Amino acid sequence: MSTTDRTDNRTEATAHVRARDRTRDQPQSQMRVYVYGIGRDDGTLAPLAGPGGGVDGHDVRLVAEGGLVALVSDVPAAAFGEEPLRRRLEHLPGLEELARAHHAVVDAAFARTAVLPLRLATVYSDVEGVTGMLLAHRGGFTDMLTWLDGHVELGVKVFVDPAASPPAPEHRAAHGSGPTSPGRAYLQQRRRQRRGTEDLYRAAEEVRGQVTRAVLETARASVAHRTQQGELSGERGMNVANHAYLVPANAEARFRAEVEAAGSGVAGVRVEVTGPWAPYSFASPVTEGGEGGTAPR
Amino acid sequence: MRTQVVDDGRHEPGDRLAGPPVALIDLLDRLLTGGAVLTGDLVLSIADVDLVHINLRAVIRSITAEDPAPWARAAAPEHPEEDTV
Repeated sequence: MSTTDRTDNRTEATAHVRARDRTRDQPQSQMRVYVYGIGRDDGTLAPLAGPGGGVDGHDVRLVAEGGLVALVSDVPAAAFGEEPLRRRLEHLPGLEELARAHHAVVDAAFARTAVLPLRLATVYSDVEGVTGMLLAHRGGFTDMLTWLDGHVELGVKVFVDPAASPPAPEHRAAHGSGPTSPGRAYLQQRRRQRRGTEDLYRAAEEVRGQVTRAVLETARASVAHRTQQGELSGERGMNVANHAYLVPANAEARFRAEVEAAGSGVAGVRVEVTGPWAPYSFASPVTEGGEGGTAPR
Repeated sequence: MRTQVVDDGRHEPGDRLAGPPVALIDLLDRLLTGGAVLTGDLVLSIADVDLVHINLRAVIRSITAEDPAPWARAAAPEHPEEDTV
């Protein structure tokens, strides 16, 4: 038997009925709807619905409308209302947890069919908000899914890693220049290092250009992300280019080979390919109903 | 070190679950600046999420105008195909 303290002036029986209704219907004041992504309502995504697997272990279900489905979880407002959500996003462990859960659902959908991933923390007040959104952007979503179908996103990052570079040839010049004061020698050394580093950055920029040209025919679109720095980057060296490419799934091997050929063999410069990703970087804009990303040419 | 996926055109769900987890920074690149941005009765607006990105800059340290990249001089300006969406 459900318990309630909301008896107010009503009879106990009425209160019990109301309490049961509240539990069953999950009134919108207590629940929110977290949306992961959008796909076609053709049954392909149906296996994703099930217990657990969503943010904070909530169930994942499909909301269908107008030939489209949204992958959603019903989540408590206590955790996904504006303030708790904002606090969570500003706290790295909470952000990571949310990001990985969001990605897990999108990635599972992406493994099956075309999916339009949504920005992290897309939360509607109720399911009517979700169906309304599906209807309002139906044309744009359908076009996007058609455009993205059969494509994967691949990340290409270029790093400068001075430690992996051989000493600059000018190093030897220092010996022939006669005795110098320690301060002067220090400044000369700094200058050489700086020049060596600048050479490396120039080389990395050249590699970036070579990679861009090498994949021009294979990639359908590209987006430049901000370069990665700081403790989260966790990579050796300095990230000088961080791009995403939309590539036909059946051309992924060719793309990787092209990047490898164009990006390897330069001392002190490293190129890394990540993915395949769901097309996160090519999912906007949708409100205009046009294509996301930009065509390479 | 990244997942090497055999190119079969489709990827079974289990294939990539078995690989190493994706780097958080690569994920945040995509989830905080990518993904379709929707409107309507949303709990949190995109502007708020952008604020979050800025608040996290101490950790993520994305390059900004106040914090220019040291290689900015060397970077060639011509990549018209790479306008951020």
